[in-house]
Amino acid sequence: MRVAPYLLSLPALLLFAGVVIVPLVMTVLLSFHDWGQYKGIEPVFVLKNWQEVLSDSYFHEMFWRTFRIAFFVTLLAAMFGAPEAYILNRMKSPWRGLFLLVILGPLLISVVARTLGWALLFGGNSGLVNKALISMGLISAPLPFMFTETGMVVALAHVLMPYMVLAVWAALQRLDPQIENAAVALGAGPFTVLRRIVLPQVMPGILSGAIIVFALAASAFATPAIIGGRRLKVASTLAYDEFLNTLNWPLGAAVAVLLLVALIAVVVGASRLVERRYAQVFG
Amino acid sequence: MAFLTLEKLTKKFGTHLAVDGLSLDVEKGEFIALLGPSGCGKTTTLQMIAGFVEPTAGAIRLEGRDLLATKPAKRGLGIVFQSYALFPHMTVAGNVAFGLEMQGVAPAERTKRVAETLDLVGLGAFSGRFPRQMSGGQQQRVALARALVIRPNILLLDEPLSNLDAKLREEMQIELRQIQRTVGTTTILVTHDQAEAMALSDRIVVMNQGRAEQIGPPHEAYERPATPFVANFLGKTNLVNGSTVRPEKISFGPSGLAGKVRTRIFQGNHWLYQIDTDGGLVTVIRQNTGEAMPVEGAAVHLVWTATP
Ligand SMILES: Nc1ncnc2c1ncn2[C@@H]1O[C@H](COP(=O)(O)OP(=O)(O)OP(=O)(O)O)[C@@H](O)[C@H]1O
Ligand SMILES: [Mg+2]
Repeated sequence: MRVAPYLLSLPALLLFAGVVIVPLVMTVLLSFHDWGQYKGIEPVFVLKNWQEVLSDSYFHEMFWRTFRIAFFVTLLAAMFGAPEAYILNRMKSPWRGLFLLVILGPLLISVVARTLGWALLFGGNSGLVNKALISMGLISAPLPFMFTETGMVVALAHVLMPYMVLAVWAALQRLDPQIENAAVALGAGPFTVLRRIVLPQVMPGILSGAIIVFALAASAFATPAIIGGRRLKVASTLAYDEFLNTLNWPLGAAVAVLLLVALIAVVVGASRLVERRYAQVFG
Repeated sequence: MAFLTLEKLTKKFGTHLAVDGLSLDVEKGEFIALLGPSGCGKTTTLQMIAGFVEPTAGAIRLEGRDLLATKPAKRGLGIVFQSYALFPHMTVAGNVAFGLEMQGVAPAERTKRVAETLDLVGLGAFSGRFPRQMSGGQQQRVALARALVIRPNILLLDEPLSNLDAKLREEMQIELRQIQRTVGTTTILVTHDQAEAMALSDRIVVMNQGRAEQIGPPHEAYERPATPFVANFLGKTNLVNGSTVRPEKISFGPSGLAGKVRTRIFQGNHWLYQIDTDGGLVTVIRQNTGEAMPVEGAAVHLVWTATP
């Protein structure tokens, strides 16, 4: 057995173990500890937290909401991100770079600043867009955005769009530049070329982008925290609340671990499916 | 009237003239090769006929009609791209059937014609495979089948054999010629390989910097090149005493131009000689007939009959 490769990867492995594995194991252990209003955390082994998380409909609703939001964010990101990447790919030299920067822009700005921007545009009566729409007489009451699922979905989709665009863009780069011409020469119209030739080939890109966006949306914290506050909670803000407001760390840990396990299941399941579906074709 | 006519076809990219006033008449059923060095405008010419590049000036006529007024999707041309451009997410049968589907051919008829065409290119057993699962030569034949199945009035081939090894290329050349003979489709082949152009085509168009230097049957272009460029591009030449002579036209004799063998190289079916003479270095190619041949350093005399 060769030793050098293992030795070389040792620093990275140590770092990974130190900052990921150890805290993770500790969190899992923490979720089995007991907690009381006055006694604090007791390092014993109880299933109380897990029973609560798995049986209480309050938590069910929370997790259901989290994944519903993630699903719609993914849908929105795919619906806008894929065409965006396609148009970008067809642009000519100076414009392409410029618009790529515009699309990747959100990644360069802090999530907090970006989400506050949405809040300023749509927040309550004083939001700029709401004010403008009301003064134009288009709507009578301000569009609800803050503390709504719709608001969260829109803001998250905006934040996560670049990941979808990049994934689809990468798939488009692998396309033979002559392949659309080949279809046209055989008599296909522009819409048929898109539907029958381009879309099936970038589908793996869309799906891998969807997996990334879904995972990031389901575990996002800053955006749901600003838009939903403590009124409309998702799994991550719920765990945060348990840790820092209720101080029930074990329950928070159970929520966090459950979110992680559920996400891993979804992501691994989805990528398995994608791999099996496309292994034969794209090898 | 010719079947396909290119009239002073010109394409400018910025200030660069990629194709410069190319005129060509192609007869029905003819096999034309566009031959020339890299960057001389072969692909651009083909893409203009296909409709993917718009000419700066000039006209293209098909049976007298203006082809430029027809959209690329309606031109009904069969094209084999240099990269094949097969649809990777469709099976071989799916690839070949696509053009028929676009023409609205009924499913039963479609299946029949796909099977026929795949048999024609020798891929009858591969219809369920995906392109990724096939060799380069097989993919090339799928591309050919996809272009042939729609019964195009013109077949455009852009260096379809350049990715193949020498042996497979030769096999494919023979196959291509056979298929073209059987189907009788007017074909324009782009290549930078002069042997391929001469082996396959009825007439070759030797291109240089966007212009046609000579248009004619391969034999004629080889024996009576119109310009020094054509002479050099179509094969080795010697300039002896002011006249050009092909190396294989020179033989050793009892008298003639005296010289001394500088090098001789064995190339299987022939010997390649370099002879020092008073008129300069002369290249000579002699068939390998099994007889003893002059060795390096030997004194020889060169004879040839001047071409008219
Ligand atoms: N889209 C383009 N923009 C600018 N210049 C181009 C473009 N396409 C081709 N050219 C130029 O036009 C000339 C002819 O190109 P073309 O592709 O027709 O050459 P070719 O004869 O097919 O060469 P090869 O054998 O290398 O394929 C080249 O000098 C090339 O650089
Ligand atoms: Mg070319």
